[in-house]
Amino acid sequence: MMRREWIYAWLLVLPAFVFLITFTHLPAVEALVNSVWTTAKGRRPSMFVGLGNYQKMLQDPIFIKAMINSGLYAALTVPTSIALALAMALLVHRPFKGVAAMRMAYFTPTVLPLVAVANIWLFFYAPGFGLIDQIRQFFGFASANYAGQPDTALYSVAVVTIWKEAGFFMIFFLAALQTVPETLREAAAIEGCSKWTFFRRVTLPLIMPTTLFVSVNAVINAFRLVDHVFVMTKGGPDNASMLLLYYIFETGFRYWDTAYAAALTVVLILILSLAGLGQFYAADKRVHYK
Amino acid sequence: MQISDIAIQIDRVTRAFDRNRALDEVSVPIRAGEFTVLLGPSGCGKSTLLRLIAGLDTQTDGTILIEGQDMRGTPPGARGLSMVFQSYALFPHLSVRQNILFGLAVRKTSRAVQAERLKRVAEMMGLGPLLDRKPSQLSGGQQQRVALARAVISDRPICLMDEPLSNLDAKLRADMRVELRSIQKQLGLTVVYVTHDQVEAMTMADRIIVMNGGRIEQVGIPEAIYARPETTFTASFIGTPPMNLFPASALFSGPANLTVGIRPEDLHLTDAGPRADLVGVEYLGADRLVAGQINGTPFVLRQPAQSPTPRDRFHIGWSQTAMNAFDATTGKRLHDFDFSSLSPNQKDFDHETA
Repeated sequence: MMRREWIYAWLLVLPAFVFLITFTHLPAVEALVNSVWTTAKGRRPSMFVGLGNYQKMLQDPIFIKAMINSGLYAALTVPTSIALALAMALLVHRPFKGVAAMRMAYFTPTVLPLVAVANIWLFFYAPGFGLIDQIRQFFGFASANYAGQPDTALYSVAVVTIWKEAGFFMIFFLAALQTVPETLREAAAIEGCSKWTFFRRVTLPLIMPTTLFVSVNAVINAFRLVDHVFVMTKGGPDNASMLLLYYIFETGFRYWDTAYAAALTVVLILILSLAGLGQFYAADKRVHYK
Repeated sequence: MQISDIAIQIDRVTRAFDRNRALDEVSVPIRAGEFTVLLGPSGCGKSTLLRLIAGLDTQTDGTILIEGQDMRGTPPGARGLSMVFQSYALFPHLSVRQNILFGLAVRKTSRAVQAERLKRVAEMMGLGPLLDRKPSQLSGGQQQRVALARAVISDRPICLMDEPLSNLDAKLRADMRVELRSIQKQLGLTVVYVTHDQVEAMTMADRIIVMNGGRIEQVGIPEAIYARPETTFTASFIGTPPMNLFPASALFSGPANLTVGIRPEDLHLTDAGPRADLVGVEYLGADRLVAGQINGTPFVLRQPAQSPTPRDRFHIGWSQTAMNAFDATTGKRLHDFDFSSLSPNQKDFDHETA
């Protein structure tokens, strides 16, 4: 009887398993294998180099630049988009006239394709006639090329990410806020508890599981979401907005150094796994699960 | 009655939701130090009234005075009252201790006062060993105690309770009724208690406010509500089973526009009197409920279980003083109605149906 149930269970997960292994696990293992070999060239077959590709990274200034940028980019986009998402969710979580339209407005950036909106943002940033520049010039400031200057390129890319992500995360916070029972709010009101105190002492702890879920996703997305980099800066100028994943793409598919790209990929997977695990462990003690 | 005796004065309060009136010009005083029960079926407006007193909702019209002060615009926290919710409304992420102290903490009461009051209240409620647990680790009864402790520790003179016992099992509910009542007396609290359970109302209340359809049907001590219902609604709502309501024509050859109410325990079997048909018998241990029909009107008679079960047809009798007279059209009690003006029904149901 037990055996039959097990066979049944395995058969049920089999389709998902096949896809997961073919497109996720096998490629990851293959990347790991490839990373310890050199890229095969026309004249020279692939040869084993052990950790050679990884040693190469330490001397690669673009890799180091990309790592710093990615860290900065995550540190900028993750907390900002989460805070913004929570603020927006709080604004539209109670029903009022036109709340559906408001929610839709907040959610729109999520629905739009990132490549398309990156082009629109490019217009906002455009020097001379761009939206931001027009405002600047109206107030008498000098023209600025946000996406085209090394010192602002990364930030202008980060702003687009925040704009894109906040609306998506808002949905999760909205769902979490709806699960906080109204009677808790009323019980607190009877005690003379201010809205802010209630938010800090009750709402925030109760939506902690969602905050954790969202922050893990935000960190992953910070390393994963680079569509707009292709459109807006292509990692430039002078690698000012070079992110790790974009660098992997450039190495693998522009310069066809697939072995080095594989090694970079392994580093990326390692960072993401550590970030995810670390967050779960660190937050586990402070998170309230019902 | 002096003004100071009244803790809460409800004055022509209306609460309308769209076109539907949940409360319709309700006026009633609630006396200080009394256990007042708002009793009525679902949707009668009792919870709405409680929420208006609490300030969790705002009336469409009318005034609510607490200790003589108009409460319009006063937030719930500044009304000098505490509240116990049906769902307990405990904060799931806080310990029992933090839950009880929540109000004192947000009002920034000194640590020393908090500790002293917590000790006293935890002792009174028997919560001492549970203080470090989370609500999810407590039974329903224990959670209810925590909710109660949170209300009591505030030291506020008025405590509102919204069906606080309805999520407990029958045994626990009976125990908690006694305990609630003793806490109320001990602390001299003014309690306003909402329930649809008349047993709770009867056993705990100093005064019952019977509500129906957004209006107050009757206000009185439990004995008065039971013995002298002011309306046919109260008569048919209070008592298990409730008062029998006969059209006068079923019992008397008298005026048609009269309803006669007689409690099941005031009816007895006799050799003469109106004839009834037996419908069914329910054995309850000490008592037996006999369901019958008299000239098409169903009724229930309560008799001691030792008495003989009636035959298929039987005669019923009652004492003159057990009768209640109501206007058949308005359902209002007719005070000082003279039953001697009526003559017993001479209609011979025996031969008619034979």
